[in-house]
Amino acid sequence: MRFNLLEIVRQGLSGNAGWQPHWRAPDPKPEYDVVIVGGGGHGLATAYYLAKEHGITNVAVLEKGYLGGGNVGRNTTIVRANYGLPGNSEFYSHSLKLWEGLEQDLNYNAMMSQRGVYNLYHSDGQRDAYARRGNQMISQGDDAQLLDRAAVRRHLPCLDHDNARFPVLGALYHPRGGTARHDAVAWGFARGADQRGVDLIQNCEVTGIDIDGGRVRGVQTSRGAIRARKVALVTAGRSSQTAAMAGLRLPIESHVLQAFVTEGLKPLIDSVVTFGMGHFYISQSDKGGLVFGGDLDFYASYAARGNLPMAEHVMEAGMALMPMIGQAKVLRSWGGIMDMTPDGSPIIDKTDIGGLYLDCGWCYGGFKAVPGSGFSLAHLIATDTHHAPAARFRLDRFATGALIDEEATGSQHNLH
Amino acid sequence: MRLTCPLCGDRDRREFYYMGHATYLDRPAADAPAEAWDAYLHLRENPCGPTHDLWQHEAGCGAWLRVTRDTATHEITAVELAR
Repeated sequence: MRFNLLEIVRQGLSGNAGWQPHWRAPDPKPEYDVVIVGGGGHGLATAYYLAKEHGITNVAVLEKGYLGGGNVGRNTTIVRANYGLPGNSEFYSHSLKLWEGLEQDLNYNAMMSQRGVYNLYHSDGQRDAYARRGNQMISQGDDAQLLDRAAVRRHLPCLDHDNARFPVLGALYHPRGGTARHDAVAWGFARGADQRGVDLIQNCEVTGIDIDGGRVRGVQTSRGAIRARKVALVTAGRSSQTAAMAGLRLPIESHVLQAFVTEGLKPLIDSVVTFGMGHFYISQSDKGGLVFGGDLDFYASYAARGNLPMAEHVMEAGMALMPMIGQAKVLRSWGGIMDMTPDGSPIIDKTDIGGLYLDCGWCYGGFKAVPGSGFSLAHLIATDTHHAPAARFRLDRFATGALIDEEATGSQHNLH
Repeated sequence: MRLTCPLCGDRDRREFYYMGHATYLDRPAADAPAEAWDAYLHLRENPCGPTHDLWQHEAGCGAWLRVTRDTATHEITAVELAR
C-alpha cells in the first residue's frame, strides 16, 4: 500500500478499517545471502539500501527486541552536516542529501524538518573557529552563514543574550540542518526494506557467529541457526558483545548519554540551538516538549540511565543560556548506550573474517548518520569496496594513526 | 553514584576522574611492538556487567583507585588503591 492523499481520503471514508501492517512478521528462513544483526536505524537502512541500490533482497534483519527499540527510538533527533575533518565532512554531507530526499524515497512521513541549526559563539576566538568551520562546510558543498549578534537576537529572542559571563556574540547558522521524527525513520526504512523482500525478524537474539576456515558461515539465534554468506554487525552500544562472538576486540567503550524532555509548551524555539560555552543543546518537538541534552556521564555503562551530576550540569548550562527554561517542568529523561571510539568517529569496515562486516562506533552522533551509514555499509557488503564518503571509517585507523579526531582532544577513550 | 575512597571515605562521584578499564594499569614496555601499544590504548573488553576500572580521586587525595563496578547496574562493590 502506498501512502498518498487519495488513500487517506479513501480510508477516512471507510472507517480507517483498511490500513495494513507496515511490514510482515516472517519466520526466519534457513539461509540468507546477507544477515544484518541489529534492527535499529542503521541496520534497517542497510537492509533497505541493499535491496534498493544493489538488488540484494535475500536479506534478514535480526533484532533481539523490537524494531527501532534502541537508540534510534531514543535520541534528540538532530540532523546536520557541519563537520570539518576529511572523512566526516563528506560522509555527513552525503547523509544529509539522503535525508532531504528520504520521505519521497520511502513514501513515509519522517517529519523531516530543516528548521536550521544555530551553533552559538561567545568569544572572539570561538567566532574565528566557527568562521573556519563554516568555510569548511561551504567547501564541502553544504550551507553555512556566520550571523552577528543582532541577527541571533532577532531569530532567538528567548536567550539571555547579555549574560555577563557568556554573552551571545553570534552564531554559525546551518539552514539545512534540523530534526526528524526518529521512530518514523526506523519504521520508514523497515517498511521500505520489507516491501523489497527483506525479512525483518524481531525477538530473535543472535547468540553465536559461525566461522569456518576464516569465513563467516551464519549465526546461531534464539530462533535457531541461520546460514548466511555475509553477516553485518550493526549493534551500536552492544557492538563489543556481538563482535566478541566472532573473537574480535573492538576499539569501543560503551558510555551513557542522557537527554531530557519537558512538558509540552507553546512554540518557543523553531530551530536547533547549541550553547557554545557549556554542554547543552535544545530543540522543540512537534508535540511542544523542549528536547535537550548535554555530554556523556563519562564512565562505561550499560545501565541505560545516568546519574545526577550530569543532569545537574545540563540544567545549569540550560539556565545560563535561557533562564526561562527554569519555568518548564522536566517530564522525563533517559540514558542511551553510546558506542564510543577513541577518536570519536565511527567504523564502517570489513573485518579479518571473510564476509563479516562492522558498522559501529557512532558515539553520540548516530541518528543523523542513519541513511548515510546504511547506504555506505550496503555498498561495502554488496561490492566489497568502500563507499567513497565512508572510506576513512576504518577499523585499523587507531593502529595506523589515520585518526578522525573531530574534537582534536586525542585518541583515548575517556576524551570524547 | 558515590565511591568510597580507601583514604578519604565515602565521596560524591563529582570528586573523581574516570580513566577507563583497569587494563590501563598493564602498561606495555616502552619498546613493546606497536600491536601491544594499539591493544593497550584502544581495544577494550567493554563488559556488560562486573568490571574493574580506574578512577582518580582528583578533587580529594589524588590517589588512583581500582574500582570493582557493575556497568549494568552502577553498583560499586570494591574500591582499592591501584598498584
